[in-house]
Amino acid sequence: MVNIKFNGKEHAVAEGLTILEAAHESGINIPSLCWLKGINEIGACRICVVEMEGARSLVASCVYRLSKFDEGKNIITRSPAVLESRKTTLQLLLSNHNKKCLSCARSGGCELQALCRELGVDDENRFDGGTSPTDIDNSAAHMYRDNSKCVSCRRCVAACEKLQGVGVIGANERGFKTEIACAFDMPLADTACVSCGQCITACPTGALSEKDDTGKVWEALNDREKVVVVQTAPAVRAALGEAFGFPIGTPVEGKMASALRQLGFDAVFDTNFGADLTIMEEANELIERIQNNGVLPMITSCSPGWVRYCEAYYPEMLPHLSSCKSPQQMNGAITKTYWADKTGVAPAKIVSVSVMPCTAKKFEISRRNQSGQGTYPDLDVSITTRELARMIDKAGIRFADLPDGGFDSPLGNGSGAAVIFGATGGVMEAALRTAVWKLTGESADSPVEFKEVRGVEGVKTAVYNVNGKDINVAVASGLANAKILLEKVKSGEMKLHFIEIMACPGGCVNGGGQTVVPSVIRNFTDIRAERAKALYSLDENNKLARKSHESPDIKQVYAEFLEKPGSHKAHELLHTGYKATRLSK
Amino acid sequence: MALKKCAVPFAGTAEQEKALYAVIDEYKSVQGALMPVLQGAQEIYGYLPIEVQTVIAEEMGVPLEKVYGIVTFYSQFALNPKGKYKVAVCMGTACYVRGAGDILKKLKDSLGIDPGGITPDGKFSLEDCRCIGACGLAPVIMINEDVYGKLTGDEIDGILAKY
Repeated sequence: MVNIKFNGKEHAVAEGLTILEAAHESGINIPSLCWLKGINEIGACRICVVEMEGARSLVASCVYRLSKFDEGKNIITRSPAVLESRKTTLQLLLSNHNKKCLSCARSGGCELQALCRELGVDDENRFDGGTSPTDIDNSAAHMYRDNSKCVSCRRCVAACEKLQGVGVIGANERGFKTEIACAFDMPLADTACVSCGQCITACPTGALSEKDDTGKVWEALNDREKVVVVQTAPAVRAALGEAFGFPIGTPVEGKMASALRQLGFDAVFDTNFGADLTIMEEANELIERIQNNGVLPMITSCSPGWVRYCEAYYPEMLPHLSSCKSPQQMNGAITKTYWADKTGVAPAKIVSVSVMPCTAKKFEISRRNQSGQGTYPDLDVSITTRELARMIDKAGIRFADLPDGGFDSPLGNGSGAAVIFGATGGVMEAALRTAVWKLTGESADSPVEFKEVRGVEGVKTAVYNVNGKDINVAVASGLANAKILLEKVKSGEMKLHFIEIMACPGGCVNGGGQTVVPSVIRNFTDIRAERAKALYSLDENNKLARKSHESPDIKQVYAEFLEKPGSHKAHELLHTGYKATRLSK
Repeated sequence: MALKKCAVPFAGTAEQEKALYAVIDEYKSVQGALMPVLQGAQEIYGYLPIEVQTVIAEEMGVPLEKVYGIVTFYSQFALNPKGKYKVAVCMGTACYVRGAGDILKKLKDSLGIDPGGITPDGKFSLEDCRCIGACGLAPVIMINEDVYGKLTGDEIDGILAKY
């Protein structure tokens, strides 16, 4: 421990903590901007400066680690010099910032805006002058980059490189010309960007944002000729509430369903149904691969960011990918075939919308995943959790006051196994619930919980003994972690049967399309764990079924339409293929 | 977005490629050795086009953007080769106050390239340079070894036409 003083008051703090962390533990907030704990600790922005006894100048508190040499020192976190310095820093940032805040996608959630308010910036044009010339890159399907709102904090670069091991964006040129962009100023769409959107949720301002597709949804909702259906991914219900003031990790499934009805969707489905379908098909595929000496380990394919990563960075591993489409695409395929038939709606009239925690889903809907007839895309529009929140606001719906609603059935009921898809390890656990049941003679008391694969660690492994045979599994989330795991599989160091990979750290609950959590909270709260808790509680309390094969909707759709997992029809509608891409890495 | 790829087609030889791989092999296992590899590559090719940067990125196991970020950060690295005629505009103090900025702008317009660029036919390259020691003639440009002094923007096209 080190004994120091914050603003004259004594505190004992652990050695090795940064001043900023120690202050936080002592109940004192120090504002920051470029600091993202664990991935972007570069002391670049100088917002977090403090006065420290014995130091010649102000100290960046996010990078200064306390040691025994600091014993007894007084650190002043809010002297006039400190506050003036922070304010001037903000004004200098604003001198090269496109201050069109009213129409900015991040207005209200912008960290720069919040800091200006907090630190009393009274003149945003104090340092008027030239601005760096910037371009807007809107080449990719899922996002745009407007560098006129960039503060060069490099949080996006850190997320891309350190969390995802991708690194297709970085700082080019130097000084006033510095710009966050791709190599040779290539459009993002020409690079091996995996569309995960982690850069967007890392961005403190409106420089990075998802492509707003809400216009397409409003247009469909206002078109009387169209039948507009919607599905919501498991993880959306774990984060949507945050946009309306609910604490992180509050499940808002019922209010979300009610809000979708109030928005005017003709049918409200749940991607959980698609997740259960995925499990039926994937568990079947896994058992077939194990029993028929197929390619092992089999790797999940629900995460389009991961699929794109595999196609670009590990094409040699493509035979390991499960041929199952993602739950979104499966739900979509069934909507325009089975549901259309059942309700007598012409597929051409259906506009199928998905609400996803994910920006890569916007890219996924353009993949060549076509429904059975080959005429209609599985999905028409994919919007993120953030876009749904904006639609709810725009429609004047008082989200917090909504009663709990339900989904339409079939295609609307999911098992507990489905809802945990949104957390890392969830797909693995859901698949094991059904695969083990199948392998052990379909006994009703086969195990439900496989807790070894839960939790936010980057790579998890477990061994399950089923009928005297060991099944070795591993789970990775965050592509940098996936890379570590894949290298071990390739080298033969790890012999596995089944792997779950999610592109985003912590899985979909922390997806690039989720409600953005400002760094002041994100640095001290594990949003991945909090949101996952919401999903595991929904699983535990699911009265209908906790295993995919027990879901009544699943039983019905196989009985009436798909026959059995792996059937010809299932293959036609629910499975897909992959191909290696050669994009700039 | 203006793609910053080189206007002149890459014409690296097998010999140069062999030399490049030799440099990479020397530094491959050294942490943080991107700089000496880039310096070596520039010595071999005279500049660092996307073809060369891609090889370096792949072999050194870093993203291409990381390589490009370093190349554009340091002025010692060039993205384009030098042209048959190297046009250098002196931006030293004396030339600058006598209107070197206007001369440079006129050259950019006439050649259609920015400093550091090369015309697609490979004939002219353009650069801004520091004082060349001919302050009495300010503003000054050099085309290879030829010096042109006391210039006005109107004279530029006539001078370029000589080459």
